[in-house]
Amino acid sequence: MKYLLLINADAVDEAGKPPACTPADWMAYDKEVKEAGIFVSGESLADLVTATTVRVGADGKRTVTDGPFAETREILGGFYVIDVPDLDAALDWAARCPGAIDGSITVRPVADF
Amino acid sequence: MESVEAVFREEHGRLLAALVRRFGDLDLAEEVTSEAIEAALTHWPASGVPPKPGAWLMTTARRKAVDRLRRDRVLATRLAVLQVEADRAGPVPPVEPGGELPDERLQLFFTCAHPALAAEDRIALTLRCLGGLTTPEVARAFLVPAETMAKRITRAKKKIREARIPFRVPGADELPERLPVVLQAIYSIFTEGYAAQRPDLAEEAIRLTRILYRLLPGEREIPGLLALMLLVHARRDAREGGLLLLAEQDRSRWDRRMIEEGSGLVVVALTGGPPGPYGVQAAIAALHDEAPDFASTDWPQIVALYDVLLALTPSPVVELNRAAAVAMRDGPQAGLDLLDRLAGEPLLRGHHPYAAARADLLDRLGRRDEAAAAYRQALELAGTEPERALLRRRLGTR
Repeated sequence: MKYLLLINADAVDEAGKPPACTPADWMAYDKEVKEAGIFVSGESLADLVTATTVRVGADGKRTVTDGPFAETREILGGFYVIDVPDLDAALDWAARCPGAIDGSITVRPVADF
Repeated sequence: MESVEAVFREEHGRLLAALVRRFGDLDLAEEVTSEAIEAALTHWPASGVPPKPGAWLMTTARRKAVDRLRRDRVLATRLAVLQVEADRAGPVPPVEPGGELPDERLQLFFTCAHPALAAEDRIALTLRCLGGLTTPEVARAFLVPAETMAKRITRAKKKIREARIPFRVPGADELPERLPVVLQAIYSIFTEGYAAQRPDLAEEAIRLTRILYRLLPGEREIPGLLALMLLVHARRDAREGGLLLLAEQDRSRWDRRMIEEGSGLVVVALTGGPPGPYGVQAAIAALHDEAPDFASTDWPQIVALYDVLLALTPSPVVELNRAAAVAMRDGPQAGLDLLDRLAGEPLLRGHHPYAAARADLLDRLGRRDEAAAAYRQALELAGTEPERALLRRRLGTR
């Protein structure tokens, strides 16, 4: 069963505290995921200031705006898709992800058609 | 028919758990469980209760499930996939020799009270699957329309199925996180039973905890919770169908046998390691139950136990209870000082017991107008009619 782990980082300006996890922690986690044979895909996203949002209205007109629409407290920083037997296993991998310490991980099962 | 009812109540959870394990699908398992019980209701009155009612029900339910799967290819395919995934998750326990049903209710407890489900859904599912209550019965317990409850249960089962919440007992390393969630669901059944004046729900919570205790005898918070519920439930007759303060209750109407059992379990819960919150709360309840009257209760010991409880689970509500015990030990002014220090707590702002406790202490200090104002505030905040009736009585008899 495939699960998407959405890595939400706390907004940076909040108290301006530096992240508790180092790039080495992330590299170690990435290695673990790949060696466990559960890795399907995963990416780390570029800084939020580089984001652009596109919408197409009912009239077919395209609107392009800078950044995401909503002001959110947490921002999507990256994701993994993993293939594990059940939700408990997915939650375990989410809990071990460094992003769970500096923010939170949302676990979403991938729909099966 | 009494014995048949008792058999069903006991067998429902067992049967359902065994069928979930076998077919990997809660919906299918529930459907064939109720069909098997219906079949028993038709056959048993005429032909008598079979020697192994559990095995009879299981065979019948299994046959009905196989029939369903033959008719429904899509479902069969989905379940086959589930089975393959379940096998990846771990080995299936062997069927017990002699054809007795292996008791897999423990897995069901952990599935129904999985932390990934909403707290209210955990309670509803536990009552539905392990208590064997029908959906309308669960709805009545929550005072919501049956349709609302049906939607809630359907939504929770959909999450179990589609997010694949597993049917398994957590490992020893996970138990400290997972067991409290199961106990919380059961305790909520008990406390909501009390709030709604439904002693049958309180008794169901006790029955479920007894099952859990048999299945996980080494976890001391289970006897702790069982003791707490027994020691509170022992006072049910003295509450006279309403709410009555501990100080006002006729203690000769307390259930001595239940108190004895509860007190014995407190010892189990507090022996052999650091205490847990249920064990400590049970110890407090035991001190109340063992006191000949309110005034001669061992208040210093109760304050000491609240200190332990505060260290385990810091909360303004525990602070409030501790303050009430301090008032009994050191006098109303000492209690009131502690309560006033809690005045800014957001959790207590809408909490009517806080206002009622202040009212009581102000009254005992002879500050009658302030006491009346605090009682009126408590009356406005109280959520249920029995609570309001108690407060009106207190306001009237000062």
